[in-house]
Amino acid sequence: MKTCLIVDDSRVVRMVAKKIVTSLGFKTEEAEDGQQALDFCKKSMPEAVLLDWNMPVMNGIDFLVELRELPNGGEPIVVFCTTENELSKISEALMAGANEYIMKPFDSDIIETKFQQVGLL
Amino acid sequence: MRPDQFTLLANLVKTQSGIVLTPDKTYLLESRLPPVARKHGLKGMEDLVNAVKAGRNKALADDVVDAMTTNESLFFRDQKPFQIIKDEIFPKLSKSRGGAKTIKIWSAACSSGQEPYSLAMMAREERSIQGWTFDILASDISREMLKKAQAGTYTQFEVQRGLPITMLVKYFKQNGDKWIIDKGLQSHIRFKEFNLLHDMAPLGTFDIVMCRNVLIYFDQPTKSKILAGIAKRLAPDGVLFLGGAETVLGLSKDFKPVPSLRGVYQLA
Repeated sequence: MKTCLIVDDSRVVRMVAKKIVTSLGFKTEEAEDGQQALDFCKKSMPEAVLLDWNMPVMNGIDFLVELRELPNGGEPIVVFCTTENELSKISEALMAGANEYIMKPFDSDIIETKFQQVGLL
Repeated sequence: MRPDQFTLLANLVKTQSGIVLTPDKTYLLESRLPPVARKHGLKGMEDLVNAVKAGRNKALADDVVDAMTTNESLFFRDQKPFQIIKDEIFPKLSKSRGGAKTIKIWSAACSSGQEPYSLAMMAREERSIQGWTFDILASDISREMLKKAQAGTYTQFEVQRGLPITMLVKYFKQNGDKWIIDKGLQSHIRFKEFNLLHDMAPLGTFDIVMCRNVLIYFDQPTKSKILAGIAKRLAPDGVLFLGGAETVLGLSKDFKPVPSLRGVYQLA
């Protein structure tokens, strides 16, 4: 079973995302910020990361840059899931190595189709 | 809605569009027609049905048909047909059409435009036909849907339904919370209001016809008539795409399935 790391400082968003991602057949892990996510990835690299942008301690983009520099850090499929919906922010995320991008609010259909597009399903 | 009201409206839709509404679709009439009633200054369903029955208001009848023939769509719907076009059809046509370097596609029920725009993006990205001309005819019976398709403006929610983010960045401009399709991409598409029951000859011929999730709305004789029309508009080595729940079997001898490509048909 593939693992999806859900990174978001909102407990409610993590809960909703967990329900959706679990229904798609993933085992889920959670992190409240980029640093926690990075610590998790250093121990065990997940197949997928669903990533918020604005979080305390370490934001999503800084996490992504550091993740991609880790050994095997290029492997996880990273899907941003954020309220940042400016074209410039989306481009920045893609440049940093994001595979897909979801603009909040999201629903299960959006997560499912995005996961399909990047070959996770 | 009473059964007699349903029958009257279903008959109107069938006569004008060929689309068959079965009683299990009563909820669709109930949910889609109140805005039409409001638009025409009618109080509710009772008044709307009476006005349709009187038969003097053509604009109202058109709006009822319009409301009942529109369908939600998404970019790269079902993914697989687009993958087939990219991996199988474009490379094949690029060889057989070496001289002409033109590919003609018909999106026969384009709804709000996601299908023709998806085709245009894909054609633009495909290496085997780089530098080729691709013409896409996008038609729909619904004037409202066609207007939306032609505007090429989508909400944040719509652009997240099936559209890869790289395509969004490349082919859309942002205007507040709306996303607007690139004008250059749009220039490959010709929009036309068209009823599939009408004579298709003036439309020209096509290498690829997309007629997905359309036939399911028609009865058997109408399905056969539409397929016969499409067969005449398809190039000898062209292909027809139908929806996953649709087939030509028992409806048309003009087509045969393309082996190993589900939902794809060629001339028999």
